Amino acid sequence: MAISDVATFAHLSEADVEALGREFDAIRQDILESRGADDAAYIGRIISIQRRLMVAARLTLFASGFPPAWVAGTAMLAAGKILENMEIGHNVMHGQWDWMNDPEIHSGTWEWDNTCPADQWKHSHNFVHHTFTNVLGKDNDVGYGILRVTSDQKWHPVNLGQPAYNALLALLFEWGVALHDLDIVSIRKREKDPNELKRQLKGIWRKVRRQVGKDYIIFPALSGPNFLTTLSANVTANLVRNVWSYMIIFCGHFPDGAEKFTAEELEDETKPEWYLRQLLGSANFEGSRFLHVMAGSLGYQIEHHLFPDLPSNRYPEIAERVQALCEKYDLPYTTGPMYRQYGQVLRTIFRLSLPTRSVNPAPDSPKPRRATPDELRSHNGPLAPQAAVA
Amino acid sequence: MDDAREPEGGPESNVRYVRSVVARMTTPLLPDDYLHLVNPLWSARELRGKIIEVLPETGDAATLVIKPGWGWSFSYQAGQYIGIGVHLNGKWHWRSYSISSSPADSSSRSRRRLLTITVKAMPEGFLSEHLVRGLEAGTIVRLALPQGEFVLPDPPPAKILFWTGGSGITPVMSMLRTLDRRGTMPDVVHIHAAPTMEAALFRDERLALATRHVGLHLIENFDDQHGILDVDRVAQVCPDWDAREAWVCGPAPMLAAAEQRWEHAKLSRRLHLERFSAVLTTSAEGGCVTFDASGKTAEVDGATTLLEAGEAAGIQMPFGCRMGICHTCIVPLKKGMVKDLRNGAEYHENAGVQTCITAAAGDCVLEI
Repeated sequence: MAISDVATFAHLSEADVEALGREFDAIRQDILESRGADDAAYIGRIISIQRRLMVAARLTLFASGFPPAWVAGTAMLAAGKILENMEIGHNVMHGQWDWMNDPEIHSGTWEWDNTCPADQWKHSHNFVHHTFTNVLGKDNDVGYGILRVTSDQKWHPVNLGQPAYNALLALLFEWGVALHDLDIVSIRKREKDPNELKRQLKGIWRKVRRQVGKDYIIFPALSGPNFLTTLSANVTANLVRNVWSYMIIFCGHFPDGAEKFTAEELEDETKPEWYLRQLLGSANFEGSRFLHVMAGSLGYQIEHHLFPDLPSNRYPEIAERVQALCEKYDLPYTTGPMYRQYGQVLRTIFRLSLPTRSVNPAPDSPKPRRATPDELRSHNGPLAPQAAVA
Repeated sequence: MDDAREPEGGPESNVRYVRSVVARMTTPLLPDDYLHLVNPLWSARELRGKIIEVLPETGDAATLVIKPGWGWSFSYQAGQYIGIGVHLNGKWHWRSYSISSSPADSSSRSRRRLLTITVKAMPEGFLSEHLVRGLEAGTIVRLALPQGEFVLPDPPPAKILFWTGGSGITPVMSMLRTLDRRGTMPDVVHIHAAPTMEAALFRDERLALATRHVGLHLIENFDDQHGILDVDRVAQVCPDWDAREAWVCGPAPMLAAAEQRWEHAKLSRRLHLERFSAVLTTSAEGGCVTFDASGKTAEVDGATTLLEAGEAAGIQMPFGCRMGICHTCIVPLKKGMVKDLRNGAEYHENAGVQTCITAAAGDCVLEI
């Protein structure tokens, strides 16, 4: 059940919440003050690797009629696009690198290799999702307007098709992202300003034309006799990128233990409570450094949501401090191997396609540990254990 | 693509066409974003330059010889300044310096197309210190195109007074070199003040120029020997100062004194000044500044610049020279009014405002 008050949910006193907020602020301040040449070198290196990968991929694919070249080129192209979208584009557009004062690596100027125009992404993601994270009815990323991912969302017969929608969303993820800021729900409710809609559609069209032109017309055409094989390579690379980014992103807020919230929580929410909501609403996954970079550092979803504008290469060290705080304040820190996190997501999506309200038959999600039966009885607000049995 | 380096040579529109075609392949990036990985100078997206040499001048000054990359224009005028951005501790820091080389040099095909700036290390100026002592040959810097009104017309006026103090000599050095190369040296009096003889920049070159050109009269003032040179002494050593077109560059008090003297003589039209620090004279009313993207707000007084206000509020403000000349810090003003602290000019909704020299005049909203 969705949470309407994070402090009560976490069994923290007002003073504790304030103190926790100060600890998060201190982490932030330490990182802000220690940003320097090493961090700049990191993003410079990643960008340089990514661009070299793209050049190598495009050149290799001129010979895409030769199967090994097709495989190598497609792999490099997919890897390049994943790096660009995840570790570079997403993070640059969050303003993580604005402090370098470099107009070429700046949230104000970055445009990414994706059909979604940067300005619309920054609105739907940086603003809507990161401000109203996991708040039902406010954060359009909760199920993306087409999936029932929490039992708080009312079941509708349409949800029976969820497993199929889910597969389609994975394959066409970049297109879903492109249309996301249009806010389909508000269009359906006829609340959308038609002029704004027109402006957004124009922006998407401009971007789509360039992206499609490059991947599906220009580079295949430049391959001459290998037109079709280059085309199939480019389609495949885009699909691989789509499925990969879909998985990473779904592991961020839909595994067990990533809580949802009601709009009530937003009323008079303080900054420390905002931190707490980000912590409770996000889920990490574990993996090697390579996996984390390819995931755009979103294996550190919790840290990313607490500090979306701190450089992504610093998340590992931030994670250690955040985990220590969770120990100290007896708060859940949701993480696990990627296959398990994604397995939970899939299970939720499949189960919630039915009118069931039970997501999790054998709850193994971390829960606040400080709650005692007495405390539970004394609270009126909805609490986690109830959510699990509801 | 070589044409991009010589805008006045090849037809520029062809270059643009080729670029736009190639950009269809590199979208959403530009061809430059890939090419500068091969050679750092092959990008016109942000102008770049390579430090070819750092030549020590006096104890605390050095001349940086820079080879500009694609997109650079050598069609500058003697006396103009450029912006130079240096990557230090992960950040690009910008400053502006007068070009000390002559456009007459760089346009000659026989010489390499280089430009120089001369920098004096300022006490507590961490960047100027770095430029003078910490920069190595081969370093890539960012550049901003030449600009400025402190220039010498061509042909030059018949009678000229140059009055320079300290490192204020750099734009005038460019003018002297230009007059020398073009062979158009008119009747020039150059008064230069430096703390000591050793600290006087370009001394040997100026003495050599003076022996070569009968029209060039050098007057040197070394503060340790002759005391501080004030505007009255200038009038003494150059009695016909009021008959000359004057270019004055140096510390702020010197400029203020010159401004007053020329104004008093109703000759302001003939006085050209170059300021290297913004003189913030007026103040605005202040108000509540809202930073739109984050929704953060700051209550500020009318003497606090929008840049300072934003930085204090934790906003990642773009910044450059911090003195109103490089235009790096421009942010769109969404609502309200701001005032230019140098001259009181008002900017309204939808204007791009230089945050480093403007302050809130009432409540306003910045799009950042």
